[in-house]
Formats: sequence, structure tokens, C-alpha cells
Amino acid sequence: MIQADLNTILPEILLALYAMLALVGVVYTGKDRLAPLLTWVTAGVLIAVAVWIGLTRGGTGATAFNGLFVDDGFARFAKVAILLAAGVVLAMGQDYMSRKGMLRFEYPILIVLSVVGMMVMVSAGDLMTLYMGLELQSLALYVVASMRRDSLKSSEAGLKYFVLGALSSGLLLFGSSLVYGFSGTTTFSGIVEAVGHGHAPLGLLFGLTFVTAGLAFKISAVPFHMWTPDVYEGAPTPITAFFATAPKMAAMGLFARVLHDAFGGVVSDWQQIIALMSVLSMFLGAVAAIGQNNIKRLMAYSSIAHMGYAMMGLAAGTAFGVQALLIYMAIYVTMNIGTFAFIMSLERDGQPVVDIRSLHMYSSREPGKALAVLLLMFSLAGVPPMVGFFGKFYVLRAAYEAGLVWLAVLGVVASVIGAFYYLRIVYYMYFGDEGEALDKNRSPVLWVALMVPAAAMLIGVVNLFGIEGIAQAAAATLVQ
Amino acid sequence: MNDSLLSIVTFIPALAALILAIFLRGEEPAAQRNAKSVAMVATVITFLVSLAILIEFDPSNTGFQFVEEYDWLLGLKFKLGVDGISVLFVMLTTFMMPLVIAASWNVTHRVKEYMIAFLLLETLMLGVFMALDLVLFYLFFEAGLIPMFLIIGIWGGKNRIYASFKFFLYTFLGSVLMLVAMVAMFSDAGSTDIPTLMLHQFGSENFSVLGIQIVGGMQTLLFLAFFASFAVKMPMWPVHTWLPDAHVQAPTAGSVVLAAILLKMGGYGFLRFSLPMFPVGSAVMTDLVLWMSAIAVVYTSLVALVQEDMKKLIAYSSVAHMGYVTMGIFAANQQGVDGAIFQMISHGFISGALFLCVGVIYDRMHTREIDAYGGLVNRMPAYALIFMFFTMANVGLPGTSGFVGEFLTILGVFQANTWIALFAASGVIFSASYALWLYRRVVFGQLIKESLKTISDMTQRERWIFAPLVAMTLLLGVYPALVTDIIGPSVEALLKDYHSAIAAVAEAAPQTASH
Repeated sequence: MIQADLNTILPEILLALYAMLALVGVVYTGKDRLAPLLTWVTAGVLIAVAVWIGLTRGGTGATAFNGLFVDDGFARFAKVAILLAAGVVLAMGQDYMSRKGMLRFEYPILIVLSVVGMMVMVSAGDLMTLYMGLELQSLALYVVASMRRDSLKSSEAGLKYFVLGALSSGLLLFGSSLVYGFSGTTTFSGIVEAVGHGHAPLGLLFGLTFVTAGLAFKISAVPFHMWTPDVYEGAPTPITAFFATAPKMAAMGLFARVLHDAFGGVVSDWQQIIALMSVLSMFLGAVAAIGQNNIKRLMAYSSIAHMGYAMMGLAAGTAFGVQALLIYMAIYVTMNIGTFAFIMSLERDGQPVVDIRSLHMYSSREPGKALAVLLLMFSLAGVPPMVGFFGKFYVLRAAYEAGLVWLAVLGVVASVIGAFYYLRIVYYMYFGDEGEALDKNRSPVLWVALMVPAAAMLIGVVNLFGIEGIAQAAAATLVQ
Repeated sequence: MNDSLLSIVTFIPALAALILAIFLRGEEPAAQRNAKSVAMVATVITFLVSLAILIEFDPSNTGFQFVEEYDWLLGLKFKLGVDGISVLFVMLTTFMMPLVIAASWNVTHRVKEYMIAFLLLETLMLGVFMALDLVLFYLFFEAGLIPMFLIIGIWGGKNRIYASFKFFLYTFLGSVLMLVAMVAMFSDAGSTDIPTLMLHQFGSENFSVLGIQIVGGMQTLLFLAFFASFAVKMPMWPVHTWLPDAHVQAPTAGSVVLAAILLKMGGYGFLRFSLPMFPVGSAVMTDLVLWMSAIAVVYTSLVALVQEDMKKLIAYSSVAHMGYVTMGIFAANQQGVDGAIFQMISHGFISGALFLCVGVIYDRMHTREIDAYGGLVNRMPAYALIFMFFTMANVGLPGTSGFVGEFLTILGVFQANTWIALFAASGVIFSASYALWLYRRVVFGQLIKESLKTISDMTQRERWIFAPLVAMTLLLGVYPALVTDIIGPSVEALLKDYHSAIAAVAEAAPQTASH
């Protein structure tokens, strides 16, 4: 019995062991001198685990430790996305971090620990597992956000993230305790029985609302988004890239898991909350980014808007909605990896540049990269034939079929407003005036991390790389 | 080869664009010449191959021909095909593109990207007219915005950034509502196949939204969502304001493509989606559309009268001419719809030629101000002749294709609504006044402007660009059956289905009301 349980969580155990061994090993040998090597090895390990989970750990879902931990298709889909994103982001940030003197050996280890936390999150089958995973992830990220210890902004980012994150954890815990108090159990399978069908009892409704608020903070949905622009701006760019990808996927996965596994019987109770947050996020993300000249802040608002679209799939409350959510998130993560690879490559005199006005006539100096960014921007804006359009198409269809026509209409209107700031970046790159040139960045890793997602945005129009069927199977395991 | 003829035609330009993007390096004159040659060869080959479509096309068959179908994601299909309504738009596109490339021979700024943008645009435009899948249509329809946005923004005039953003956001806002409607249709009919959707009956029972009674129910809502997109694209009054800006700022070739082909997508959309799929919705909204068209014809003609910029004047004249098109379509009788399609094809040649005419003198003087010209006939007799010819065609002189289109649409509307026809006919007079007045101010009079004293007449290349346009305008003017024979049967079938669908609903309505 115990062996089957351990086998179910083998990837998490191995990654945690790897993190501890690496920590001890590096502390006793080279410390920061070994950091670049460790980063590369860690990136390789993360990607290898992703491949391992994706290719060999198929089959029907299994639960471990009496339902505390669930390993099903949905969890595996999210885990593969998380691991790949984390691995790629680690690899592409290595050069940047070491040139800025920020590459400390703790960095890859903390990332691995937070990835373990994320994997536990998406596999949670119990409120306790949920909280453990969430806190492991968050604590590692609080430290990573303030990695640049001598920078006021980075410290501010870390502190802000910590204080607000702790607040949201408090809300989540309060909600969990209400849910436990009114249902008498912490396992999702027990809660779903206590909640029943139709409408939840009042106490559980309160619990549900608080849990939702806590999770909304993690995905930076309006009105719990305030930390996002500051943390995105303050953290070093490779770390911002990490924030924008893997944790978002994990938190979205957890969100879907809690709502469907624990509260799947009372869809109409949480549907309106999610739908409202979705609309607010889409509009705030679209409007607030218009005035931004700092590309990292701009991407923060962009990610808020994108979370709004992803929540449209969640709000549908159907298996198709979850499928749309997974596809949307996979596309979102890919686009963000490409965009942040581009942002990392922007430098002038060795200093990072984040002002989008510095992109004047970028296309005449770097035609290939400019074209890649153009594809990414139109994809982020959801203009066909880029893959980003299909993400929107899926969530719109999910929302429509769930009867949320108003949500779909407002969503597309917000996407037009949002298109403005993506076009603005294209405008600086292609139509601007001649400006001071940026440094030529010759990092091959960044080049690949930019070009591959950009090409995927265009080529994906053929069949979305077959992700559709995988997401469908994954969604089917979550929503019966 | 017949099985994939449409794909071949559609993707030849894209392939050429890919070749340019991968293999061509540098900005030196030789590289620029190569870029132009590749684009020219590709567009000419596209045109020649597309002739095979026209030759093998069977007008008596009202279904879709040359159909090809492949599976795509989400149960969508990659499905292409043409019928009598779309085949001529395909031909118009392949016919105009070599001329557009030839008209761009003087471009020196980022030639490679310029040619890639136009070649991709051609692929996307052809895709719009051939797509037989709702989402595939949307994909081509929207994707066309990207190259056009870049064409206006990179190679445009002084105020190009404002114009390009306005163009993109305006048309994007129109189309996203159509996207929601498409999602609704997909859910309702369970398919995005256009021939299947034409047979599907969308709900037309009245219901109320937020206390407002919606006559025609779902069909009216779907119609309005599509209307938002096509009316902007057309463009119809009062959502036409992006067009003058886009036209004025776009480079000559961009204006030609915009006027000759992109504007036709709106009219094509009405014929492909609005009338056959939402007959009840269309019938409910007919009066509104007819009055909007009548206002467009009169109002934009009056606005055109006072313009000081030649391109703006022609842009407003385009809006007026598109008014005839929407009028003809929603008259919903054989003459009206035949006339509307004819008018679109003919306007493609004429307005394209007029923008080329402006381009000829803009290349020489770098201004489009009407006041900067005068007396050009003294130094540019050939130009004066050609400009005169297309001015007359624009006015609708019998013997040119412009006459046939206007006459047929007004004939069609007269049967549907006499008052509208009366209003619209007054537009004919207005269009004569602004076009002739423009011609007088630019071409006639004494050549007194110092800067014009050295202006040279059209070069051989420029004359050859106009030759096919003159030929087509005259040919269609004296022998319109060339077009009407091809479109006639398809239009007849379309209208038959349209009227029987409305009659069926009207018959059912009293029975449900009596319950």
C-alpha cells in the first residue's frame, strides 16, 4: 500500500531529494562558483522529469494517502506545463543572472522547491495538501523575488509579495476552516458530498468565497491583483519571467481542481464570482496597460487580462471549459516565455532596458527578432492566424455554451481595447523614428527561447501540436 | 490537379513571400529588384493559374465547385470552394495584384518587407473569398488586418500611425462581435461548414433581452453581429470614418488593394452569410440597411464635394458607391443582387484605377492637394485621357462598367422601395458633380503653377498598368453578360432560398401566435 502511494508521488519525492542534495552538495563545495552549472543541470532535470511524466506515467488516475494526493490526467497535464516552463525559464535566465552578478546557488534550488510545491498544488485532493503545496511554492517565490538584495525595488517587490501573499494565505486558511467546520472533512471528495447539488449551505458558501479570494490572489485576478505590476517590475527579469509562467499555470490548475473536485455540485454558486472576476480582470488588464511604458509592468497587466480570459473557461463550469482553460494556459505560458526572452535580451551599455520607447526602429536592426516579437504580440492580442486566437476561441465557446453570452461579448470587447498596447509595441518596432540603438544580444539561448515560441504561434495553426486531444482527456478526468 | 487548384492559387503568393523572407538578404538595388521580380512573377503565375478556375467553372451549377476539405482542429475543417458569387472576387483579386506590384516599382524603402506584406495579403484575401468554413473565413478575414496595418504604418504618409491604429482597432472591434456570433452558430448548428449552415434554420422566434423585444430572435442578433463587422469593412455610413484616413495615409498600392479588394469583403460577407443564413434577421433589418445606404450615397457624395485631398475625395466616393452595393443586396431581387456584385467588380477596376491615377501625379509632385494642380492636360495628355476615362466610369457613363452596376442596383431597389431609389438616384448627380469638378480643377485650366512646368507625362510602365483596367472597364460596360452569366444562377438560387425561408417563417408565425 505504502509502496503504491510512494510510487504515485515519485516525481515530487525525487525532485525534493534533488533539491536537498544539490543544496548540501553545493554548500560543501563551490557555492556560487558552481551556480551556472547547477542552473543548467537543474533546468535539464526539470525538463527530464517533464518528459518522464508526460511520456511514461500514463494510465488511469491514482490517488495516494487516502485521497490526499491525486495523480490524474489533469494533474499530469499541468505538471508537464509547469516543469517545462520552469526548466526553460531557468535556462534562459542563466546568462542574464550571472552577468548581473545575481546568480547565486540558492536560485535554482529555490525554483525546484517552488516547482515541487506547484506539483503538489495541482495534485491536491485535500485542503491540507492544497495549503502545503501553496505555501511551499509561495515561500520559495518570496525569497526569489527579492533575490537582488542590494536593490531597493527588488526588496520592495519581495516584501510586497510576502505581505500580500501572507494575507491571501490567511484568507484561504480562514475559508478552509469554515469549509471544514461546516462539512466535517478536509478531503475534496468528502466536501463535494457535504455540499450536495444545487446550492451550497450558507456556511460552506462563506468558506468557498474565502478560498476563492485566496486563490484569486495567486493568479492575480482583479480585485486581488495589486501586487502584480510592482512585483513584476521590481524582480529581476528572469524571475519575472518565472512568475508569469509556471506559478500561474499551477494556481489556475489548483483553482480548477478546488472548484470542480470540491464544489463541482454547486457550479451556479461560484460561477458568478468567477465570471465577475474574469470581466474585471480583462477590462483592468486592457485599460491599465495602455499608459505603461515599462514593458515589465505592461506584461503584468497583460497577464492580468489573460487570467481573465482563462477564468472565462473556468466560469463555464463544464469539462469543455476546463479543456479550454488548459489550452489557454498552455498557449499563454508559451507566449510569455517568448516575450520574456525578448525582454531579457534588451540591453543598452550592458544595462537592462525596460522602456518600450527604446524599441524605436528595432525592426531595421534586428529584423528576425522583431518579426518574432510581432508574431508574439499579435498572438497575445488574439488576432488570427496566431495560436493566441484559438485560445480565445476555445474560452469564448466554453463561456457561450455555459450560457454566459454577456461574458463572451464583454471579453471580445476587452480584447479590442487590449490590442492597442500590443500594437503599440509593434508600432515602436516598425513605424517609429530612428533612436539610440540597443546592444546586440548574441545569447543563443535567448534567441532560441524567443524564436521557438514565435514560430509555434504561427505553425500551431495547423493542429495546435495535438494539444487539443491531450487537454480534452485531461479535462475529462477532472470533470465527470 | 482540380482537387487542389484553389489551395494552389491561394498559397502561391504565400510561398513566394516565404522564399523572399528566407533567401533574400540586403537592401542594395540588386536585391530590391529581385524582390520586385519575385513578387511580380508570383502574382502573375497566381493570375494565370486562377484562369483555370474561371475556365473550368460551370456557371449552371449553383453549388460549390473545386471543393477541397481537410480536417482541422476542434472539429473545424479546412475547406475551400467557389460558387458563382465568389469566383469573380477571386479573379478580381488575382487580376489586380500584378498591377498593384507593378504600381509599386518605385518603392525604395524596405522593399523586401513591402513585397512580403503584399504577397501575404493576397493569400489572405483569396482565402476569404474561398473559405467554406466559418472559422477559416474569420481567420483569413482578420489576418488580413496584420499586413494592411503594417503597409499603412510603415510605408504610409505623414499621419500614418493614427490611420493604421484607427484602421486596425475599428475593423477589429467590428469583427470580434462576429466572432461571438460564430461561436453561437457553432454551438447552435454543431458545425462550422458554410454549406451546412446555409441549410440550418437558426431560431427566429421573438424573445426579449433586458426587457427589449427582439423581433426575429436569434437570427436578428446574429445578423447584427455580422453586420457590425461587414458594415465597418464595407464601409457603410456612419462607420466609414476609418476609410478616408486609411486611404489618404496608405501608399498608392495599399489604397488600390483597399479600394479594389478589401472593401468587397463586406459585400461578399452579406451575400455569403447574412442573406442565406439569417433570412429572417435580414428581412427584419432590410429597411434600416436600405436607409443607411441611401444616406451613405447622398451624404458621402456631398462630403466628397468639399474635399481638398484627392485621395480623400475618391475614398468618400468609394463609400457612396458601396452604398449602391448594400442597397442592391438588400433589395433582394435578381437585378439588385446582380447589380451589387457587378458594381463591386466594376468598382474594383475603377476605384483602383483612380487611386493609381492619383499615384501617378503623387509620385511626381509628392502632394495630393487638389489646389496644387491645374492645367495638367497641357503637359500630360495621355494622363488626362486616362484620368478622364476613369472619371467618367466613376460617374457611371453608359458604355463603362460603372453604369451597369448603378443602373441595375437602382432598378432592383426601385422594385423594393421606390423612395430609396429616388434618393439614391440623386447620388448619381452628386457623383457627377464631385468627379467632374475634381477633374476640371486638376487637369483643365491654364498651367500656371511654377512647380508643374516640368512635370512629365506617364511612362511606358504606367501606361501598361492602366491598359488592362481600361480594357476591363470597357468590356464589362458594353458586354455585362460576361459577369451576369456567371453570377446569375447562383444569385437566383440564393434568392429563391431566401424568399422561401422568409415565406416559411411567415406562414408558421400566425399559427404559433394563435396558441
